[in-house]
Amino acid sequence: MLELLSFEFMQRAFAAGLLVAVICPVIGTFIVVRRLSMIGDTLSHASLAGIAAGMLGGFYPLLGALVFSIAAAIGIERLRKKFSQYAELSISIVLSAGIGLAVVLISLADSFNADLMSYLFGSIIAVSMLDIYIILTLSVIILVSVRLFYKEFFYISFDEEGAELAGIPVSALNMYFTVLTAMAIVVSMRVVGMLLVSSLMVVPVACSMLISKSFKNTIVISVAVAVLSVLIGLFTSYYLDLAPGGSIVLTSVLMLLVVSVAKRVFRMQ
Amino acid sequence: MGADIVKIENIVFGYGKTNVLDGVSTSIGDGDFMGIVGPNGSGKSTLLKIFLGLLKPQKGSVRVFDTDISKFNQWGKIGYIPQKATSFNQGFPATVEEVVSANLYPKVGLAGTIGRNHREKVDNALRTVGMLEYKKRLIGRLSGGQQQRVFIAKSLVSDPRLIFMDEPTVGIDQKSEESFYELMDFLNKEKGITLVIVTHDIGAIDRRVNRVLCLSEGRLHEHDCTLDQGTDKLKEDYEKHNRALITHRH
Repeated sequence: MLELLSFEFMQRAFAAGLLVAVICPVIGTFIVVRRLSMIGDTLSHASLAGIAAGMLGGFYPLLGALVFSIAAAIGIERLRKKFSQYAELSISIVLSAGIGLAVVLISLADSFNADLMSYLFGSIIAVSMLDIYIILTLSVIILVSVRLFYKEFFYISFDEEGAELAGIPVSALNMYFTVLTAMAIVVSMRVVGMLLVSSLMVVPVACSMLISKSFKNTIVISVAVAVLSVLIGLFTSYYLDLAPGGSIVLTSVLMLLVVSVAKRVFRMQ
Repeated sequence: MGADIVKIENIVFGYGKTNVLDGVSTSIGDGDFMGIVGPNGSGKSTLLKIFLGLLKPQKGSVRVFDTDISKFNQWGKIGYIPQKATSFNQGFPATVEEVVSANLYPKVGLAGTIGRNHREKVDNALRTVGMLEYKKRLIGRLSGGQQQRVFIAKSLVSDPRLIFMDEPTVGIDQKSEESFYELMDFLNKEKGITLVIVTHDIGAIDRRVNRVLCLSEGRLHEHDCTLDQGTDKLKEDYEKHNRALITHRH
């Protein structure tokens, strides 16, 4: 049963997958409660443009993705202030710009389209040691930052005006959090692919919110759901020869359904 | 009452060409229990946001605890319970304890950790408002009146000397309103906290407060204390403001 763990590529796949399973829901919880669930999609589309730019310019694609998604994150924050009553508008504008730029860059060179597919749909079994180092570094930065500024991020998410009155540097921390989100997305692209990256930020959190008893509890349960999804998804994809990214996300959706039904049944009793 | 802790002078503020506040001056003394009344749209919430530095007036000065508001940084001394306090996302998955603890920020600072003494502070604040037993409950599962108390506790954890409240009793039932004002009396008289309540409902505050300020036509008028003039006289004055000020002039 566990023979797959004897392969080095599978060890790397599990390492990358588990790191992503921890950071995505941690960031995702704050995103979901602020009703900004679409931000993940937007930043991942912007990072696709970065990957295309990296391939075109001959530099490490994930670096391109990181730079582009951080730029997009800054753009969202700036626009959010301009359209303060329509927070989601800033997300749509940057999403359009990201897709537009990605399509133009991709059309400039057809030769790397096969490589590009691995970023669109994820290629966890092709994760290299360099990928692992980058994923690990960014994950540590994200987790340490959230640990340090946990109470500030919580306050801003619950009541931005109140946080500002309490003296919290809200604008700076909002910007920082969006940059952390961009990092989390780049980290996750290798694992589940650009098209599914935001689902790993949202679905485990949605599942957790059905049963959680506090904010901290929401984070813990959502991490547990994501870790289980990665483990089950990877095993399934290996033995049934399915796409790993899709299997992971579908597992988390299935868990959401099970929890939702279980909750209803439990209530009826 | 005591020495002035907030002083505003000749405040002018407008949205577009219309001045909502047109040369407003007043001060809040230490220990005051003040009501600011006025019809809807008279600029009460605007005035409150100017007191809090959330809006910057086009003209005039705001001094808080003897400091110009632009240089003031001891925000823990001031509590604020906005009108929309209880209209937050009711599905937010946070407990009462987590919500109240959030306002420990002025005590612990950026990236600081919440210690045992801080947790005791949270318990004490919840005990003061009679909500300690609800500490582990999700905030969205409480009634409007209970949530109101939690937000007061949230203000109390930073040991404020002054609390501003914007329409605090809107949307809560009569019984909760009664106990809310009992709590206000306790905070003002026993804890010595200065309170400023902004409301359109003079009937709710006239017997409780020691100062009533009426905002109308962009100006602020202070009525003599209710104890001197009697409630009826005050209500009469207020009614006149409400009638578009056709007959009433200060």
